[in-house]
Amino acid sequence: MIPFGMSAAAPPTVSVHVVLFASYADSLGVDALELTLPAPTTISAIVEHLRTLPGGSRLPPKPMCALNLAHAQPHDPVAEGDEVAILPPLAGG
Amino acid sequence: MSFLTIRPIELAALVSTVQSPERGGIAVFLGLVRNHHDGRAVVRLDYSAYGPMAEAECGRIVAEAGSRWDAAIALEHRIGPLSVGDTAVAIVAASAHREAAFAACRFVIDEVKRRVPIWKREHYADGTRVWVDPTAKLQHA
Repeated sequence: MIPFGMSAAAPPTVSVHVVLFASYADSLGVDALELTLPAPTTISAIVEHLRTLPGGSRLPPKPMCALNLAHAQPHDPVAEGDEVAILPPLAGG
Repeated sequence: MSFLTIRPIELAALVSTVQSPERGGIAVFLGLVRNHHDGRAVVRLDYSAYGPMAEAECGRIVAEAGSRWDAAIALEHRIGPLSVGDTAVAIVAASAHREAAFAACRFVIDEVKRRVPIWKREHYADGTRVWVDPTAKLQHA
């Protein structure tokens, strides 16, 4: 028996936790959201999706990003349950 | 060790964490809140961070500095509302001699600015507030 929601025909997806900060959180009006995208997916695919959301056009095409608390590159693959952070220009120190 | 703090940074306490009889040179860098930015009067600012990553990145930077120089390093960055003149970041590097202490201290502040996910929102005398973008000047230049 196929569990509910797991039809054999359903394409595989990846659900990730996305966090936004400072000016980017202001632009999109949220500081965290859950995204489900077709698998496999990458950092850049997540950014592209965010840029289609209301206020998302204010994100640059290639912002600084992090994957599971470490700096990441646009082509890095993202797996189920990962945390992806979109980082505005850093201003610490 | 926690690198982020919401309380005022106490330099003497930080120095005591790396001071030891064999380390005769201690270099300190303090970053303070300036009262101006791009010709505008700053009255206060808010620092915010991606806390878990900022802690992890500070740990990686201190570990890298410790592997490149024979130095003990302490690092603290303050988060939350700060006033002009408050210490936002403090780095203390202690080594047997001054060369390693200065080099490690310089490396840590440069890497903190480049890699640690911390942001600041400046509040100006005219009541407006802006997230600071250190890359904006480069784009305008």
